[in-house]
Parts: sequence; structure tokens; C-alpha cells
Amino acid sequence: MREKDILKSEEKAVFALRSLYKEYGYLPFKMSKFEEYDLYVRNKDFLVSDAVITFNDTNGTLLALKPDVTLSIIKNTTDNKGCKEKVYYNENVYRVSGSTRRFKEIMQTGLECIGDIDLYDKFEVVYLAAKSLDTVAEDFALDISHMGVFKAILDSTGKDDYFKKEVIRLVTEKNRHETERLCKLYALDEKSEQKLLSVIDLYGDPDMVIEKLFTICESVEEKSALSELCALWELLKKTEYKNRIRVDFSVINDMNYYNGIVFKGFLNGIPEGVLAGGQYDALMERMKRVSGAIGFALYLDLLEGLNKSKRGYDVDVLLLYKDTTDTGKVFERVKTLTEGGFSVTAQKSIPEKLRYKILEEIDGEGK
Amino acid sequence: MINIALPKGRLGEKVYAMFEKAGFECPSILENNRKLIFENEEKGVRYFWVKPSDVSIYVERGAADIGVAGKDILLEYAPEIYELLDLNIGKCRMAVAAKSGFYDDNEKTLKVATKFVNIAKNFYASRCRDIDIIKLNGSIEIAPILGLSDVIVDIVETGTTLRENDLEVVETVVPISARLIANKASFKFKTAEIEKIVDSMKAQVKTDD
Repeated sequence: MREKDILKSEEKAVFALRSLYKEYGYLPFKMSKFEEYDLYVRNKDFLVSDAVITFNDTNGTLLALKPDVTLSIIKNTTDNKGCKEKVYYNENVYRVSGSTRRFKEIMQTGLECIGDIDLYDKFEVVYLAAKSLDTVAEDFALDISHMGVFKAILDSTGKDDYFKKEVIRLVTEKNRHETERLCKLYALDEKSEQKLLSVIDLYGDPDMVIEKLFTICESVEEKSALSELCALWELLKKTEYKNRIRVDFSVINDMNYYNGIVFKGFLNGIPEGVLAGGQYDALMERMKRVSGAIGFALYLDLLEGLNKSKRGYDVDVLLLYKDTTDTGKVFERVKTLTEGGFSVTAQKSIPEKLRYKILEEIDGEGK
Repeated sequence: MINIALPKGRLGEKVYAMFEKAGFECPSILENNRKLIFENEEKGVRYFWVKPSDVSIYVERGAADIGVAGKDILLEYAPEIYELLDLNIGKCRMAVAAKSGFYDDNEKTLKVATKFVNIAKNFYASRCRDIDIIKLNGSIEIAPILGLSDVIVDIVETGTTLRENDLEVVETVVPISARLIANKASFKFKTAEIEKIVDSMKAQVKTDD
């Protein structure tokens, strides 16, 4: 049994990613499983699901089993202008899982770059997101978009918050037909409607999308956000992941927290996004920080779906012995077999569910 | 190969007819047998029939790359999917109905019987109306007649069942029609194939006028 046979996809990923993040100078960040509930109440919308498992500490403080890692990391990092902290983590979080709608323990790994971040940091984080996906699977896709571009386009409509909220939902669904209906309902002018619809229609090759967006975007806000997306893409397209990265505005996160580049990673064969991240300066501001931040998380529990290879048996040898068999003799035989590269289970009777390759009776003949 | 989940029943047959006209036919589907999965390798499509309310589950979890589901199901379960096209068939509306002559007394909690708990909750929450939800699985119309509820929230097609039971539509919650949906991850890896189907289907959609 070699290492590669024993470790499951998610376990292999943890090892590989840890060394990847270390290589790029990210330091491990270990934290407690509990956090004061108050932290999550104040930033409820930032959480993927707002349900949190709570309990009282011995002194009555209301604690929560961590549903999220980012908030705890921000809380624990220093906030000095000009400085940056780069950390990675590998933690279990507890939240309602998307598909089952029930509480689940989710193994999550990821990194955060917090402080005076610049274009290089943003590039590095997106690059490491692509590299992380590449580390765990052969076929992957990384979709990027920019909250600034989208927000500027949305703000230019001049409509109310309900309209904006609905558009956000519809854009994440690529729902063109209902966006059209909503625009009609709100009597949005033709030009603004076309702009909104183009956000849904434009996806795929970043060069093509960015070029088209430049022809649509007019305001200073739109153009400046788009320039940032463009600068980032210019760096990304020089990497080995050029063909894996696409622009897709259906990747949008909560505007109260995210402001710049946002991204989502997919693996072929896994039905939902396995990686999500982005720049969250707005969250930092809400937490009274002066600096910016960008990071991502990879949901390792979803990698279970990659464990496709099914072994036809559980052990190589089922070694049957009797009450009367000399124990030393049993161990001697087990040792010989394991040293020979076989996996062995020593039993007195054949377990009902065990799938074995060879049955060997220690006081009799092998079969 | 694109896996397509079709809703069993009359709507599903109409939907398949659209796929067929769009150039993604699979003749074996029309044979009268007990097979569940039908494939046309040449066209790169594999169809299967599932319970209409399950289509979004198959698509959300990636067992189907695309599928066709009623907007009622999408609103009720809010699956994480792309909604790519309104097929403009299977049209009906989600409506509030009550016994003829019903008067909504705002002083009382409104008792609402429905199969669509989330749709009903969201609808009344948007109006800040206090309601008591009664989840039923069928024969919703009987609830107001027996006094189990004040109103019902249900799908209304022609309104015949309502009329025959002396019920009437009080107001429309949302219009419903069949939608072409896609799994988000499948869309990333089979973009061209799914786009081709969506574009061909778009040409089959009949407008109202």
C-alpha cells in the first residue's frame, strides 16, 4: 500500500496545498473552533449561510462553532498602513450545506492577504487560486469578475435597492428573460437595459469580454474598475493558466463586503463551485480596518466526488486463525505478509462485509 | 454528451417536441417501453424522464447538465442553477384563491394552505401580512371549503377546478412557465454544447403575440 492508495483526494489536497502556500510565503494560521457569536451577528450577510450553531460558555457568553474563517482572521491581524500579512489555514467550519440544507462540518482550506494590498497581491492570490485547483484536479475552470465594474453599471441605472437586489440575483442565474421583464417594469431606458443585459451575455474569453466591456462602459467608475480587471488579466494571461481563466459576471458576491475582483473555481465532475474568493475591502471597513484584503477558500469536502477509483476489495489477505492457534505465529505471518507489501486482517471468522483477495487459514491451506 | 432531465407528463412531451424540432431528436424516446434513459450519440444528447418537481434536483446536483422545470419549482426550492431560457409553454399562474365572496380581515392571522410554502411565505412577507402556513400535499382546494384555511396559494391553469368548488382567484402571485435550466459547473465545461442547445431552443420559443 503506497501513500497514494491510502490518502483520499481531500487529504492529498491538504498536503499539497499546504506546501504550495508555504512556498509563496503564506504563514499557517491556527485558530480556536469557537468564536463569540457577536462577531457573526454583526456580519451576518458575509456568511455563506446565516445559520450558526451556538452554545453558552461556562460564564454565560454566547459562543458559536465557527461558520467562517475569514472574519476570525481579520480580527486577529494587525492593521498597519504599508504592511501586509499573508496567511493560510486549514480548518473545519460548521454551516448549512447548500445541497442538503442541514448543518455540516466542512473542511476548508484557503488563504488571505490582508493589509496594504496592490496589483501584485491580487494577481498572486488569483494565480494561487488557479494553482490550487490545478493541484487537486486535472480539469478545472476559474471564473473571474469585478464587483466594481458590476456595481458601477448597476448604480448608473439610478434605480432603488429592490431593483438592484433583483438584478444581482438574476445575473447570478444568467437569467436574461426575467432581467428584460424587470427592466420593462422599472421603465429602464434602452441604453441602461442593454448594458445590464450585456453583463449577462458577456462571458468567456477575457480578451473578448474586456474589449467589449470597454465599448459599453462610459462612466469614470466603470472605466477605472474595468482597467483594474484588464491589468489583472494582462498578468494572468502570461501564466500557464491562461486558457483556464474566464470572465463571467454570474460570479458576484455581496456588495456590502466585496468590492474588487471576485472569482469562483470549478472542477470537472463536481456539480458546484469548489473555490470562492475575492477582494473584501468593504468588509474590512465595516470591521473598522483601514487596509484592504483579498483571499479565497477551497471546500475540501466537495473533493470527495473525485474519489472515483473504487477498489474491488478491502484487504489483500484475510488471515483466519483459531482459538488454539499460537498468537506469536499469527503475528509472524501477518508481519511476513505486510513486509511483502500485502495488507492483512487477522480474524477468527470471516467478517460479513469484508471484501478480500486471498483467504489464508493459518493452520490449514491457503486458498 | 449532454444529459437532459425532462419532466414526466404532458409538459415533458411538449418540451421533448421542442428539442426534437430544435434538432436534438432521439427517436427511441417515443417507443412504448419501460426504458428510462434515451440516448442519441450522434447528436450528443441523453434524455431521461423524472418527476417534474425533481428536475431541479437532478440539475443542481449535476446528474443532469440541463433540464426543464416549471418556474413554480424554481421559486419554491431556489436551486443554485442557471436559468437560461423561458420556453413560454406550460403557462399558468401561482395565485391566491378563496371561497367566493371572501373578505381578508386584516385583524386576524391569515390561514394559508399550500404545497408551495416558500412562495406563499415570501409573498405575504413582502406585504408584512401575518400568516399561518398549512402545508398540504394535494387536494388543496378542499382546505377553504372545510374551513381548514382562509385562502390557498396554488397553481391555476384554467380555473375550472376552482369554479366547480365555488372558489375564485383573489390575486395572482406570479406567472409561471417552463424554464430551461443548467448546472453551473456543467456550463463551465460544456459551454459550447449547452449554448448550441439553448440557441436552437430559442428559435423554437413561440412568443405570445
